[in-house]
Amino acid sequence: MFKKSKLRGEFFMQGDIACAEGAVSAGCRFFGGYPITPASEIAERMAYRLPLLNGAFVQFEDEIASMASILGASWTGVKSMTASSGPGISLKAENIGLGMMMEVPCVIVNVQRGGPSTGLPTSWAQADMMQARWGSHGDYGCIALCPKNPQEMFDLTIVAFNYAERYRMPVFVMTDAIVGHMTEKVVVPPVDEIEIIDRRYTDKKPDDYLPYAVGDDLIPDFAKVGDGYRFHSTGLTHDERGYPDMTEHAQLTHAVRIVEKVKKHADDIILLEEKGVEGADVVVVAYGITARTVVPAIEMARKKGIKVGLMRLITAWPFPTKRIRKLAGEIAGFVVPEINLGQMVYEVERCAGGQCKVKSLPHPGGGIHKFETVLSAIEEIAHAK
Amino acid sequence: MQNEICCESPIIAGTAEPETNIQHPMEGLLRMDRMPHIWCSGCGLGSVVTAFVEGLKKAGSDFDKVAVVSGIGCTGRVAGYINLDSFHTTHGRAIPFATGLKMANNDMTTVVISGDGDLFAIGGNHLIHAARRNVDINVICVNNFIYGMTGGQTAPTTPLQARSSTAPYGNYEQPFNLVGLAAAAGASYVARWSAMHVRRLADSIAVAANKKGFCFIEVISPCPTVFARKNMGGTGLDLLKSFGERTVIDHDADPTKIPIGMNDEIVCGNFINEDRPTYWENVQTGIRDAVDKENVYWKNL
Repeated sequence: MFKKSKLRGEFFMQGDIACAEGAVSAGCRFFGGYPITPASEIAERMAYRLPLLNGAFVQFEDEIASMASILGASWTGVKSMTASSGPGISLKAENIGLGMMMEVPCVIVNVQRGGPSTGLPTSWAQADMMQARWGSHGDYGCIALCPKNPQEMFDLTIVAFNYAERYRMPVFVMTDAIVGHMTEKVVVPPVDEIEIIDRRYTDKKPDDYLPYAVGDDLIPDFAKVGDGYRFHSTGLTHDERGYPDMTEHAQLTHAVRIVEKVKKHADDIILLEEKGVEGADVVVVAYGITARTVVPAIEMARKKGIKVGLMRLITAWPFPTKRIRKLAGEIAGFVVPEINLGQMVYEVERCAGGQCKVKSLPHPGGGIHKFETVLSAIEEIAHAK
Repeated sequence: MQNEICCESPIIAGTAEPETNIQHPMEGLLRMDRMPHIWCSGCGLGSVVTAFVEGLKKAGSDFDKVAVVSGIGCTGRVAGYINLDSFHTTHGRAIPFATGLKMANNDMTTVVISGDGDLFAIGGNHLIHAARRNVDINVICVNNFIYGMTGGQTAPTTPLQARSSTAPYGNYEQPFNLVGLAAAAGASYVARWSAMHVRRLADSIAVAANKKGFCFIEVISPCPTVFARKNMGGTGLDLLKSFGERTVIDHDADPTKIPIGMNDEIVCGNFINEDRPTYWENVQTGIRDAVDKENVYWKNL
């Protein structure tokens, strides 16, 4: 059967490799992939690692197949993952929706590059944040994690697996070409010391089992193929039995539930890092690599006497609505730098609800925010108080 | 066998009082709580489902270790009616879904049942690559020459000159020869039958269930509702009779040379039955030495 990873220690490791190692440490033993810059190193590392652990690596004929395959693999109880970049995620979108609808635990890594279309294959952006949230048609809840360095590529990939298993859904790791291709120190703890959450299997007998019946936590218990449950799962709207049910009632219960289950557990899912936010006049909201590149400007603003804090979104989705809404009533305004032409800023504006200023600092990708741009934005908000 | 049992049923014979405890001969393997099914009367899919269940029985399959994966369309609904671990996936993606399932649990007999449009138009790339890899899955393609569920549009199998709702003047596209394509892509087992050949079809399904490697079975199936109505007319039974009259059984036929025209003969048979290493075997044996050698390095970590 599957072997445990023996990797441990301190390494000088590339972000993409750290992501693959995080997956392996989390227990991922199936990877379906397709080559794409700047995510290929994840597939390459999995192709090297999984055979050593008796797992399976399959390089598929396209991105669509690789996404469909990890759903099939996950139904056997095996943790599965795929990794790609914007164009590939666009192709995976339909089957991401299938994973949401069937409630299949799996992890999708998006090493973001500049877009739209082929865009900047070898350069970076953070322009797929809304795609992660809304990229497949219809309504569904979404969990997306934003690592800022190779260490977090390792750590947050494990968290992504834990969330996928706990909440029974595909979970995104939204990184970018800078973090993916950056090499830094990564500490890999012994695998037995890592907190791993596994999906909750049903304790019911096959005759009593309803694949989509839920309790208070809105998360159905899992049964895997081959165990005699002989269950059915479909991308159609379905009832508790998993059978197609083309009624408003079914849509009101099931389709609403896959949104509500994320909302219900949002407080347990959301991960934030705040520095100097309490008592601040200006709060910079950033995520991923941008949460690092804006730090010098924030430090300079503080030296100039401006009370400015940094709120780093470790989970972009679900969005920390409550926290932003509360802060909006206490501060002069938010500054939202991101390497896209304004995406997460919409969420900040929504939550601020006109209580304070919200300044978007867009960047189209292929570069990072200039020190002066961020500093002057912070000053502008502080002086407008 | 099924027909005999049905005919002995008092309800069908209409002679005795209805009994309430009559069991369907395939009770247990069909989801009876989902009946009646959505398929039109005269459709060939009921016969295909029967042949599939019969085939698994003949093969002696452990039903708990069989997974059925379907795509989208009329045939895509098969998974929902068979009482096994079953998945109704996205349009064209049943094969990669099944490949992932099989590679993650090699104990599962994994069967894709889907239609010609699903498997050869939107999902065509997956089919040829699964055949090339010789993934150990079975694909049963129900070919009714048309997109049925969406209302009778041209499929990659629609014969030249046949009418469809998107070919109102007749089809001007060359169709695929499905068995030829599967064979050329490297399938280990290739057969073609029609929904009239239920016993031969069940036999082929049984062979495929116990055969390693990529197995492909095409089933010509009547669609009275859209294909016949736009073309030759007639009921499902009329179409079945016509398939019977047009059938030539030739197991030695070259599958690449037997396309299906509007009124030509339909060559059926078990065309290819070869053994070549499966994808799983190649993973297990082909790279084992190299993996073991690398694992020595990891042991010393």
